Amino acid sequence: MAESSEIAPERDTAPQWRSIAGKLLIQKCGGCGSAFYYPRVVCPFCLSSDVGWFECKGEGEIYSVSVMRRGEPYALAYVTLDEGPRMMTNIVDCDLDSIGIGQRVAVVFKDIEGIPTPMFRPAGPA
Amino acid sequence: MSINGKAYIAGAFEHPTRKATGKTIPQLHAEVAAGALADAGLESRDVDGFFCASDAPGMGGIDMAEYLGLRPRYVDNTDTGGSSYVLAVGHAAQAIATGKCSVALITLAGMPRTGPGPAGEGAFLTDPINPNVPYELPFRPVITNLYGMCAKRHMYEFGTTSEQLAWVKVAASHHAQHNPNAVLRDVVTVEDVVNSPMISDPLHRLDCCVISDGGGALIVVSPEVARDLKRPKVMVRGAAEAIKHLDGGRTDITYSGAVWSGPKAFDEAKITPSDIKYVSIYDSFTITVLMTLEDLGFCKKGEGGRFVSDGNLISGFGKLPFNTDGGGLCNNHPANRGGMTKVIEAVRQLRGEAHPAVQVPNCDLALAHGTGGYLGSRHGSATLIMERV
Ligand SMILES: [Zn+2]
Repeated sequence: MAESSEIAPERDTAPQWRSIAGKLLIQKCGGCGSAFYYPRVVCPFCLSSDVGWFECKGEGEIYSVSVMRRGEPYALAYVTLDEGPRMMTNIVDCDLDSIGIGQRVAVVFKDIEGIPTPMFRPAGPA
Repeated sequence: MSINGKAYIAGAFEHPTRKATGKTIPQLHAEVAAGALADAGLESRDVDGFFCASDAPGMGGIDMAEYLGLRPRYVDNTDTGGSSYVLAVGHAAQAIATGKCSVALITLAGMPRTGPGPAGEGAFLTDPINPNVPYELPFRPVITNLYGMCAKRHMYEFGTTSEQLAWVKVAASHHAQHNPNAVLRDVVTVEDVVNSPMISDPLHRLDCCVISDGGGALIVVSPEVARDLKRPKVMVRGAAEAIKHLDGGRTDITYSGAVWSGPKAFDEAKITPSDIKYVSIYDSFTITVLMTLEDLGFCKKGEGGRFVSDGNLISGFGKLPFNTDGGGLCNNHPANRGGMTKVIEAVRQLRGEAHPAVQVPNCDLALAHGTGGYLGSRHGSATLIMERV
């Protein structure tokens, strides 16, 4: 498994980024100090290439969510990480009719095509 | 430099087909080009500027220019999704104002109902070379849930309801009953909308636009060319564009890029929203209209739900008639790109040539707005203000 320092933030990084199971990594700019998402080779706020990875707590709250009702239902969401940036994800391991905006959630890694992928479930006791 | 008064929309044509079985996409481009030129009273050899987007088969405008026999001295293939054709009118006006061309042809055509479009079109959510795709595709964003998230957040922040969203569709259906070409001509009620099947929360089937084949074209000309033409004169007063995206994870999905393109277009036109008699608003979904009207300044942010309710968008009844052809919600959505037909219906209104049942009396100032891409992630916005002179 790759160490975070080995991750090159290019397009092929995404499977590698997802594979750091148990750790949710995002980037921070050494130039302007901004945390940002999605990962890339430059900071979207100042275009500095001095960007590095850091590990998030893996907690946040649902910014918005929409449950697809055609076929097997699934919940597309944006989660606002406690570190600041919002990321697109899925809300899983819960009754999809019970989730809502503002709800606290915690990361859980789910297998997508053989790669652990960061999704979120309602925080607190299971 | 301003484009206010520097260009005129002299020709407009909407293809009547909604299911183009047996036709080809280049053929549709040719038919709409011929239709718009005939409407303007011009011929293909008069065209010296060609504007198209990624619905046009081939490389940029090159292959379609050959197919149509054009010899443009100015080309622009700017693609901002469904807003491209609203944006193209502004770009054509700029080119005309600076003398780069004098007769600009803008075309759109597609057959999403009966066949696929060009290979690159519609791949934005799945092409792995697109840098956001690897970070989003595993979570299965599609058009409906991206727009659904906007509606959900708008409801959370402002108390907007499904019934208020439904009023957008109700108004569109009232207009579409008079359009013999519309895909959906039945008048619907708020109850019909909220009782239709849920697609992706909180958007129901009747909150979504139709899928249709078709196309359209526009001719934009210099004042000198316009002077000799016989059709009613529609002048470009203001135009502006913007791109809105996720901003490194800081985005707020309760507003669209119209918050930037709208004020710039109004500044250039030297008017305010209260001067506008008719609006064509991109209506991929009901939420698109509600948010856009707020962002353009027709009501305060968060009050869009109340603004669109109780028939306020119905021509002859409400304060701000919109999409009197039935829009994307009822009439058509050629190539899954609704910007072209937004401009065309605004031109009809300004000429006084809309269906008599929906024609806005003394319609001298109109606005068309396009939203191309995905309201819930990244999109292009284009605002165009026109005046009958
Ligand atoms: Zn920076």
